[in-house]
Amino acid sequence: MTRLRNAIISALVLLLGRARRRRPRREETRIVPPQPGHLAAELAVLALLGLSSSCAIAFILVYALGDSIPNETQFLGAALGLALLCLATALILVGLKLVPSEEVAEEYPPHEHPHEQQLIAEVIDESGTRFTRSRFFKLGLLGAGGTLGLAILAPAVSFGPLFRVGDFLQTPWRRGRRLVDETGKPYKASDISEKNFYLAFPEGTSDEEKEQMAASLVVIRLPQKELRLPSHLKGYDANGILAYSRICTHAGCAITLYRAPLFQPDEPRPALVCPCHYSTFDPATGGTVTFGPAGRDLPLLPVYKDSKGYLRAKGNFDGPVGPSWWGVRLWKAQP
Amino acid sequence: MTRRGVRWVDQRTASAPLLRKALRYLFPDHWSFLLGEVALYAFVVLVATGIYLTFFFVDSTKEVVFRGDYYPPLYGQKMSEAYASVVHLSLAVRAGLLLRQTHHWAANIFIAAIVLHLFRIFFTGAYRKPRELTYWLGVTMLTLALLEAYLGYSLVDDLMSGMGLVIGYSVGLAIPFVGQNLMNWLFDGMFPGSPKLWPRMYIAHVLIFPILIGLLLGAHLLLVAMRHHTQFRRTKAQTEHTIVGVPAFPGQAPRSLGLMVGTTGILFLLGGLVQINPIWLWGPYHTYSSTNGAQPDWYLGWLIGALRLVPGFDLTIAGYTLVPNPFWGGAAFPLVVFGFLYLWPWLERKFTGDEAFHNLLDGPRDAPARTGIGVGVVSWVVLVFFAGSSDRVFVTFGLSYTGQIWAYRILVWVLPALFGLVAWWICKELQASERVVRVRHEAEAEARLARMRRSSEPPRDPSTLES
Repeated sequence: MTRLRNAIISALVLLLGRARRRRPRREETRIVPPQPGHLAAELAVLALLGLSSSCAIAFILVYALGDSIPNETQFLGAALGLALLCLATALILVGLKLVPSEEVAEEYPPHEHPHEQQLIAEVIDESGTRFTRSRFFKLGLLGAGGTLGLAILAPAVSFGPLFRVGDFLQTPWRRGRRLVDETGKPYKASDISEKNFYLAFPEGTSDEEKEQMAASLVVIRLPQKELRLPSHLKGYDANGILAYSRICTHAGCAITLYRAPLFQPDEPRPALVCPCHYSTFDPATGGTVTFGPAGRDLPLLPVYKDSKGYLRAKGNFDGPVGPSWWGVRLWKAQP
Repeated sequence: MTRRGVRWVDQRTASAPLLRKALRYLFPDHWSFLLGEVALYAFVVLVATGIYLTFFFVDSTKEVVFRGDYYPPLYGQKMSEAYASVVHLSLAVRAGLLLRQTHHWAANIFIAAIVLHLFRIFFTGAYRKPRELTYWLGVTMLTLALLEAYLGYSLVDDLMSGMGLVIGYSVGLAIPFVGQNLMNWLFDGMFPGSPKLWPRMYIAHVLIFPILIGLLLGAHLLLVAMRHHTQFRRTKAQTEHTIVGVPAFPGQAPRSLGLMVGTTGILFLLGGLVQINPIWLWGPYHTYSSTNGAQPDWYLGWLIGALRLVPGFDLTIAGYTLVPNPFWGGAAFPLVVFGFLYLWPWLERKFTGDEAFHNLLDGPRDAPARTGIGVGVVSWVVLVFFAGSSDRVFVTFGLSYTGQIWAYRILVWVLPALFGLVAWWICKELQASERVVRVRHEAEAEARLARMRRSSEPPRDPSTLES
C-alpha cells in the first residue's frame, strides 16, 4: 500500500512538478516578445484555481444535501457564483500578468477593393449576355419568387380567425341571467353594500367561460341620490346597484380598485380604478373616464332585482367590452 | 506537442492561415469595448439555463388543481398547467429556483448590456461608415431581445405575466385598421385566446427568437471582425489606417474568457442570492383578477410609463374610432424611438455630408450636435420610464399620483430639449477649453524652440558687432 502511494506521489511530482526546461530560442525568431516570469501571480492563479474547485465541490455537496439544509438556493448560487468568479479572476490574472503583454499595430483592411469589384461586376454582367429579354426574365423571376413566397406563407392564415371578429361583441349575458359570485352562489340585492365592490359572473358558466372578457363584472352600490346616469343609461341600475364590466377599456386589465370616498375633500366621488395604468372611471355617471389613459367609458350591464331579491341581468352591456379596436364605437354588445 | 496538434488540424481543415490571423486579431483596449461582450455572455447563459428550464416547463393553459404540499397557500387552487409547472420547478426541484432566477437575471443583464453598448456605439460615432450594417443588426437584436424577454415573462402565466400579456394584446388590438384581425389571428380568437396560444408563444420563445438572435449575433460579430474594431485616438500619431491593440492570443483570450466566466459567476450569484419574480407569491392569472403596484421588468418600464402618460382619448372621427389609446404609448412611442435609432446613421450623414470612412472614434465632445440629440432622446425615454414608477413614488413618498402624471406630461417634452441643449453647450465649452490648452501648448513649444534656436546660434562675431 505505502509503496503504491509512494509510487503515485513520485509519479505525480515527476509529471506535474517538474519545472520544464524551455528550449532556448533565438530572440529574433520570436513572434511573441519574451518577458520574465511572475512567480507571485502564478501562485495566486494556482490558489484561485484551487478555491474555484473547492467552491464547485461545495456546490455538488449542497445539491446532494438538498432540502436538509435551509436556504439551499442561496448556498447553491453562492457556491457556483464564487467558483466561477475565482476562475474568472484567475483567467484575468493570467491575461494581465502571465502571458506576454504586447500591443501590436497593423494596417486596417483597405476601404475597398476596386479591382475585385470590377471583376465581380464583369462576371455577373457577362453571364447574362445570352438573355435577349433580360428585363422580362427579371420580372418573371420576381413574380415566381413572390408568388412562391406567398404560397409558402398562405398556410399561416390557419393560425386563427383572421376575419371572423364577431366574437368581440359576444357576451354570455342574457336577460334574466342571475349574477353569481366566484363560487357560483347567486347575489341578492341585499348582499351588495356601499363602500365595497363585488366580483360577479353569469350563473352557470364554466371556469373556462369565466375567463372570457365579457363574463366578469364589478358590482357596487351607490346611494340613489348620487346617481347621475345619462339618459340612455336610465334604468340600468337596480336601486343604486351598478354592474360594470370588470375589464378596463384601455388595456384589458381587471378593475380591482374601488375608491369609495372615505375623505370627502380629497376624494369627492367614488371611482373604479384599473391598477395597470390607473384609468379612472366614475360609476355614478355611467363609467365615464375621469383620469388616466382609457378612451372609452366602462360598459354598464343593466340589472334588476327579481321578486326573490336576486340580481339578474336586464339585457346586455351598453357597449363592447374590453380594450378598444378601430371602429369599436360602431358596435353594441350582443348576447 | 503544439506543433503536432496544429499540424493535425491544418491537414484536415486547411485552416492554418485563417487560424494564424485569428490568433493575432487585434483588440484595441478600452473598458467600454467590453459591454457588447457582456451582452454576448449573458446570451450564452440565457441559452444554457433556458435549455434546463425547458425540461420542466409545460406549455399548456389546461386548468389543473394545484396539489403541491410544498406550498400550502396555493394548495387546491385552480391554475394553468404552465403556472403550476413553474411553481413546481421553483419550489420542489433541486437547484430549479437557482436556474430559473439566474435565467431571469441574465435576461435583465442581457438587455442592460445591449443598451449600454448601444450608448457607447452612439456617443462615440462607431456606427458611421463603414459599420452601419453592424449597427443596424445590433438595433434589430435589441428589438428581438425585448420581444423575447416579454415572451418569456408572459409564458409563466402568473398574475403579473397575465397582466403584461393582456396589455400587449391591447396594444396590438389598437393598431389602426389591422389590429383586431392581427390579434384575432395570433391569439386564435379574442383574449385570452385558444389553447394553441401557449405552444405558439413557447416555440417562439425557445426556438424562433433565440435562433434569430443567434444568427444576427453571428453576422454582427463577423462584420465586426471583417472591418476590425474601431479605436479611440490615443496619440496624435494614430491615424485612420493603423489599428493598435492586444492580439487575440495570448493577450486578449484569457481576459475575454475571464469576462465570460465572471459574467456567468455574477449572474449565478444574483440568481442565488437576490430574489427575482417570486411567481408563487403572485398567484395564477385570471382575466378577472389583477393587483395594484404591479411593475414589469425594468426594460419594459418605458412602455408602461408611456401607456400611463397618454391622456385619455381614442382618436375618433365622427364617432368612428380610428386609433385606440394604447397605440400611442405602446406602439407609436417605441416605433419613434427605434425609428430614430435605425435612421440616425443616415440622418447624420445627410446633415453633415460626411461620406468618409471612420475607424477612429469620436469622443462625445467631438460631435456636440450628435451628443446633444442623443442626450435629448435618452432623457426623453428615461423620463417616460420614471413616469412609469409614479405609483410607487406615490406609495413611498406620498406625492399625488395625478399631480405627478400631469407634471410628467409637460416635463417629458421640456426637459429632454433642455438636457440636450446643456449637453451640446458642455461639449462646445470642452472643445473650446481643449483648443485653449492646445494653443497654449503650441505657443509654449514654439517659444521653447525659439529659445533653443537662439541659444544654439553661434555667438556673433565681435568684429561684425563693431560695425
